[in-house]
Amino acid sequence: MIPGKNLKYSKDHEWVEVDGETAIVGVTNYAQVQLGDIVYVELPEIGMHADKDEAICAIESVKTAADVITPVSGEVLEVNEALEDNPELINEDPYAAWIMKIQMADIAEIESLLSEDEYADFCENEG
Amino acid sequence: MHKYIPNTEAEKKLMMEQIGINSISELFSVIPENLRVGDEFNLPSGMSEQELIVHMRELALTNISAYDLKCFLGAGTYDHFIPAVVGALTSRSEFYTAYTPYQAEISQGMLQAIFEYQTMVCELTGMEAANASMYDGVSATAEACAIALVSNRKRNKIIVSDSVQPETREVIKTYMNGRDVILLEIPFVNGETDYEAIEEACDDNTVAVCIQSPNFFGIIEDMDRVGEISHSYGAAFIVNTDLISLGILKPPAEAGADFVVGDAQPLGNPMAFGGPHLGYFATSGKYIRKMPGRIVGETVDTEGNKGYVLTLQAREQHIRREKATSNICSNHALNALAATIYLSLVGKEGIKEVALRCANNARYTQQKLLETGKFHDMFNKPFFKEFAVESNTDIGKLNKVLHKKGYIGGFSLEKKFPWLKGGWLIAVTERRSKADIDDFVQKAGDAV
Amino acid sequence: MSKLIFEMSRPGRRAFNLPETDIPQKSPTELFDSRSIRKIDARLPEVSELDVVRHFTELSNRNFGVDSGFYPLGSCTMKYNPKINEKVASFEGFTDLHPHQPAESVQGALKLMYNLEKYLAEITGMDYISLQPSAGAQGEMAGLMVIKAYHEERRDKARTKILIPDSAHGTNPASAAVAGFDIVHIKSNEKGLVDVDELRRLSGKDTAGLMLTNPNTLGLFEKDIIEAAKIIHGCGGLLYYDGANANAILGQTRPGDMGFDVVHLNLHKTFTTPHGGGGPGAGPIGVKKKLHAFLPVPWIEKRGSKYNFNYKKSHSIGKVKSLYGNFLVLVRAYAYIRTMGKEGLKQVSENAVLNANYMLSRLKDTYDVPFGDRCMHEFVISGEKQKKMGANTLGIAKRLLDYGYHPPTIYFPLIVKEAMMIEPTETESKETLDEFVDVLLKINAEIEENPEMVNSAPHTTVVRRLDEVQAARNPILKYDFPE
Repeated sequence: MIPGKNLKYSKDHEWVEVDGETAIVGVTNYAQVQLGDIVYVELPEIGMHADKDEAICAIESVKTAADVITPVSGEVLEVNEALEDNPELINEDPYAAWIMKIQMADIAEIESLLSEDEYADFCENEG
Repeated sequence: MHKYIPNTEAEKKLMMEQIGINSISELFSVIPENLRVGDEFNLPSGMSEQELIVHMRELALTNISAYDLKCFLGAGTYDHFIPAVVGALTSRSEFYTAYTPYQAEISQGMLQAIFEYQTMVCELTGMEAANASMYDGVSATAEACAIALVSNRKRNKIIVSDSVQPETREVIKTYMNGRDVILLEIPFVNGETDYEAIEEACDDNTVAVCIQSPNFFGIIEDMDRVGEISHSYGAAFIVNTDLISLGILKPPAEAGADFVVGDAQPLGNPMAFGGPHLGYFATSGKYIRKMPGRIVGETVDTEGNKGYVLTLQAREQHIRREKATSNICSNHALNALAATIYLSLVGKEGIKEVALRCANNARYTQQKLLETGKFHDMFNKPFFKEFAVESNTDIGKLNKVLHKKGYIGGFSLEKKFPWLKGGWLIAVTERRSKADIDDFVQKAGDAV
Repeated sequence: MSKLIFEMSRPGRRAFNLPETDIPQKSPTELFDSRSIRKIDARLPEVSELDVVRHFTELSNRNFGVDSGFYPLGSCTMKYNPKINEKVASFEGFTDLHPHQPAESVQGALKLMYNLEKYLAEITGMDYISLQPSAGAQGEMAGLMVIKAYHEERRDKARTKILIPDSAHGTNPASAAVAGFDIVHIKSNEKGLVDVDELRRLSGKDTAGLMLTNPNTLGLFEKDIIEAAKIIHGCGGLLYYDGANANAILGQTRPGDMGFDVVHLNLHKTFTTPHGGGGPGAGPIGVKKKLHAFLPVPWIEKRGSKYNFNYKKSHSIGKVKSLYGNFLVLVRAYAYIRTMGKEGLKQVSENAVLNANYMLSRLKDTYDVPFGDRCMHEFVISGEKQKKMGANTLGIAKRLLDYGYHPPTIYFPLIVKEAMMIEPTETESKETLDEFVDVLLKINAEIEENPEMVNSAPHTTVVRRLDEVQAARNPILKYDFPE
């Protein structure tokens, strides 16, 4: 997966880095490979409330479009503006190209996410 | 064996041998016996081409059209002149027998033509991008409402002025039926949008305001005003307009339109008893990536040569499926091609001339009708190529009389607005001469 | 590379002249308020008539129609577009009709539409037809709205779900979503057919309906259709038929007899109306008696020998399209049905199915055929074997362009990896089918030798493979006029 970082994962192929009460969210390598060349990221609005397991924004590639499902509930604090002009950053380094930072409403939701090994197993069974 | 089906008996035999069957019926054996159509299949037997053309000519001649009579009827469909070049080029089979240009490398012709079409629509409307066509103006307008709705999911009120063509409003209603939306129609005042009522109806739940200009009655509306009102409430501004009018009238982009939509049938497409016509859809800014339907974009190939492709397809039904903002698949590409050829022919100067001729012809016709003393200006407002007069008579009967005298008379407003008794909506295009108009007015005056 | 028409402009050139007029001509400023007037001209072309003719003729030379060559597009039914249909559709007695003319002046048009409705009802086994929808997708939307209206009228508010097979065409779920339904996907079984047990499990009191194509998008006849109909009707739902594959069953069987309650047809597929580079088409819908009150208005009424538009329908869903439908498309379909007649239509389906099976039998040893060696009018093969050799379906499709063919439908249906869907239609000859199969076999040999040749195709078309990523990342959607 990804060296060094202590990340959690969702079954919708998002990764989550916990920084205090903030969750930094992006999509995994599995996701960017499935999508192909990414052409556009529809970033969420800052200040909007995100509910766990709901679609919050979308990523478009030439051949498909996929919803980003919120892994944890909370308020969107920041979005990665670099993705507006350079959506391909997600293809190049999906773990550096974070999408949004969420102020978590309920830290306990992190427990329901997958660990690195659990996610690796999950991907194997998916494919 | 039918002339459209090449397989000879000998060839069928060879093919069956290859497949390993003895008769074609074996290939249909998977269909349960009780579902098979028997001999009672109740259709007439086939006709030869000779017989068919006689039959079709009979049907066509049973109709009396604007080919036989001079047309003063509009109400959304117009009798404009179509130069011969349009049909000559659209009937090239490389265009009309082609499929959707998904395989771009062998469809550069159609793709480039549509790119030129998109450019021309943007030039006329002032907007930044246009799609490759929709079925008609009414569905284009309904789709603009739908896009406004999904672009701002916190709001769900759409305001539509009643001076928008009645059919457009009906179709918007049908399209909005499956959604959680409040559709508010604001009655017109004296043939024009009630600007104060629109302002009163606007609130922070309003997602879009939709008007038509020139409106259903031909009247030119105050786009600037409605644009200001919409934006002050954060609502999208949708304008439905006639592209011919934009030859001399202000592009709605300058009034702040977020969507400019309408029916481009007047550009090189026949009236055709209602279809196929041509919906156009133009927008700017953040809405561009949400445009429904197909869109042509410019790109390069592996050797750096310029080329065209269908782009932004991730929004479309074949990819997004149930998450697509629209379900449109087929469009009206050939009609868009006709419009592109028409606009290429009339050109920069010609579109102004056609628009001006329509406006002057309409002005003259109205003046002459009023001079008879039998007709009154219904709304007394500035109009483009269409206007309403009223008379103390049964418009249906009036049209019947004029029909016998060689004219298709105007639209009886009572049909759509029961309180506008005696209302007559007259459209005058560049095809009508002074002689046509003088005679029409005289016959109309005599009949009242 | 072809110049854009704008690049051919020369100031002052004209391709159009209005007649002289005796009517006093006022200028825009004399006619309108200055606030309403356009200040800057639209930059439309300034070219001569010959310029326009040459330009679009040249563009047509960079395009490819059924008249140019074989178009084996599965699910599109790219059959021959008869020229007599073009001719009759151009009669002024059809083209110059204003839609709001009084009924007495358009009896020929109304009669044509009325009879077309009758023929389509007979062909589909339905009771009532509406010719209003302009395309298959619009027909689907209208048909689904009819289903919705039916349940609402019975105050059955629980019916929120539409069941759709995972092999369905994208417009099915999109139309269902537009009509306000939730979608439930049904997996196909290992034979490629609707899994009846799954269907039984998923259907219930919240099922508004099931959308099916038969034959399905794999070209296979859903032999359990009667069972499926029982299940859906049994739980109170309705059955919708996507008529895209009607070419396989013309005169052989009918959706109405299979138990379908609503159908749509694609006149631009089965009934030879031309595709026009993307449209216009027509997607009429048919319903069983119990649903006719919900159809769009107006409907065509016949009283004695007179025809009329009638706007009275107790529970109509309203209008889905302006006016009455794509009339000139309807004229072509009518002409086709009158040309073929009942015997001809049967020959259509027989030969369409024969042609498809013939091609399948010649291809099955070289390409994977995931669902056996029998099909209806179309079949799906997979490029999986070829992928293992270093190429893929996209490459095969692009390489076909070098050989002068339009490729088949690719990467659809979604349930087959590296899918290629092939539908020859009945209007193609055996030698065309043989030549195409030979080329596919040749391409396979090319892949065995040198897959790069296929991967970098096309080589001989006017442009090489186009950069779709660039087009979507930085959209250029109109000409950038020089200042």
